[in-house]
Amino acid sequence: MHDPRERPDVVVSALTNLGHGVTEALLRLGFATRFFIMVLLWSGQSFRRLHLTIREIYFSGFQSLLIIMVSGLFIGMVLGMQGYETLQRYGSAEALGVLVALSLVRELGPVVAALLFASRAGSSITAEIGLMKATEQLTAMDMMAVNPIARVVAPRFWGGVISMPLLAALFSATGVLGGYLIGVVFIGVDEGAFWSQMQASVDFRYDVWSGIVKSFVFGIAVSLIAVFEGYDAVPTAEGVSGSIKGTVVKSALAILALDFVLTSFMFREA
Amino acid sequence: MPAANLVEIRELDFAYEDRPILDGISLQIPRGKVVAIMGGSGCGKTTLLRLIGGQLKPSRGDVLVDGQSVPQLDDEGLYALRRRMGMLFQFGALFTDISVFDNVAYQMREHTDLPEELIRDMVLMKLNAVGLRGAHRLMPAELSGGMARRVALARAIALDPMLIMYDEPFAGLDPISLGVIGQLIRRLNDALGATTIMVTHDIQESLLIVDYIYFMSEGKVVALGTPDEIRASRHPFVHQFVCAEADGPVPFHYPASPLAQELLGTGAHARS
Repeated sequence: MHDPRERPDVVVSALTNLGHGVTEALLRLGFATRFFIMVLLWSGQSFRRLHLTIREIYFSGFQSLLIIMVSGLFIGMVLGMQGYETLQRYGSAEALGVLVALSLVRELGPVVAALLFASRAGSSITAEIGLMKATEQLTAMDMMAVNPIARVVAPRFWGGVISMPLLAALFSATGVLGGYLIGVVFIGVDEGAFWSQMQASVDFRYDVWSGIVKSFVFGIAVSLIAVFEGYDAVPTAEGVSGSIKGTVVKSALAILALDFVLTSFMFREA
Repeated sequence: MPAANLVEIRELDFAYEDRPILDGISLQIPRGKVVAIMGGSGCGKTTLLRLIGGQLKPSRGDVLVDGQSVPQLDDEGLYALRRRMGMLFQFGALFTDISVFDNVAYQMREHTDLPEELIRDMVLMKLNAVGLRGAHRLMPAELSGGMARRVALARAIALDPMLIMYDEPFAGLDPISLGVIGQLIRRLNDALGATTIMVTHDIQESLLIVDYIYFMSEGKVVALGTPDEIRASRHPFVHQFVCAEADGPVPFHYPASPLAQELLGTGAHARS
């Protein structure tokens, strides 16, 4: 019999762990993909009963409004200050509107809103589904001939996917307002130049549309990670807390990595 | 004519990965009866319920419920069958985000097109049957353990199932709640003309209300009989269970090498 106190061969043990880790990660990826397909297949039912999805838009979208808008305002104000500080050195302080709007619409809006959404709504979705699993509510539902993926998972997934672009748009809008407050109201940049240069330089298809696509993709990623982590949680206190942590960490990494990929495709000519 | 047994389990094997749980078990649950499945913790009782409900698939053998082979049903067939089953989970498993009323109404709203007024009357009748009509506005977090169990019971019988399954219905209840739940299980079974399978290790309460008892150990049925036969039984396993003896065929100790050997460092885990 193997003695647990025996010192194992370090190299063999490291290789075993590596192999185990890779296999485990691949298995989970496969499981997550199958889960994603199941969610899509069962989405029809949750759309037929639209009130379920609307309820989730309320919980994850509407209830995130405050944090999203306040953060947007502050980020816009910081952009206004930093932007003015740099631009006025080159005598182009009027371009502040363009700088603020492009930074927000292209990058900060979708990315920061998604990061905030993952920590505010994603973590609570994971906690809710994970605790429902731990207290056998999902099993009970399944035993009542109600599919938990259709009834619990799909509405939360779509609630997140629909909310995300709207939240990102509101984040950008309040951000622009913050930039305006600092730049025009407090520092005194010319108001006409601020708005007209912004209007002339921000292209709807190129900039705004790219931002919307990004936030939609982030919405899918964050919502999928949140529902999957909850559904796949080990049904104990530690298991659920680990899943919540997983949602926040994996969402953040996914958002930043996807942002890099999407940006490199979208703004190649820039 | 329907078969005399509502549930038939035939030479069932089941394992969680490499750990065998059920080992060629066979048993029958006659229609209209209350049957208890008893045994120590971890002997596979709850697994058996999950196999009957189709949540797990056996590696060998068959489970027949009302003549249908559960492992062979597709998702649609399984859901159709589950609409005729009610299950009470060990800790109730009530939906915590909706009220007592909505919990009981849940299946009616999901599976029927009944008007809301009719659902209201039916829910209040079900709650009345478990003595909690007055609590219909409460949230699950406001209920005591015994009350939550009774609400879960009202929810399990919401669609008048043909088969009601109970997973440890007596666990963690005070003596009064325990008696109340026991009487409810019997009365509801008879009033609904249903069949009841109850997984429990509460022998004294079970003897008062059931028609038949199966004793399980290590994935097999080791003894069976009516309450009177069980009380008179000389089977060592049944005797240990009925008299609540700490040691017997069900050992007190988890398998291990001898204590002296382990402490003196000469056992299997000793430093080499």
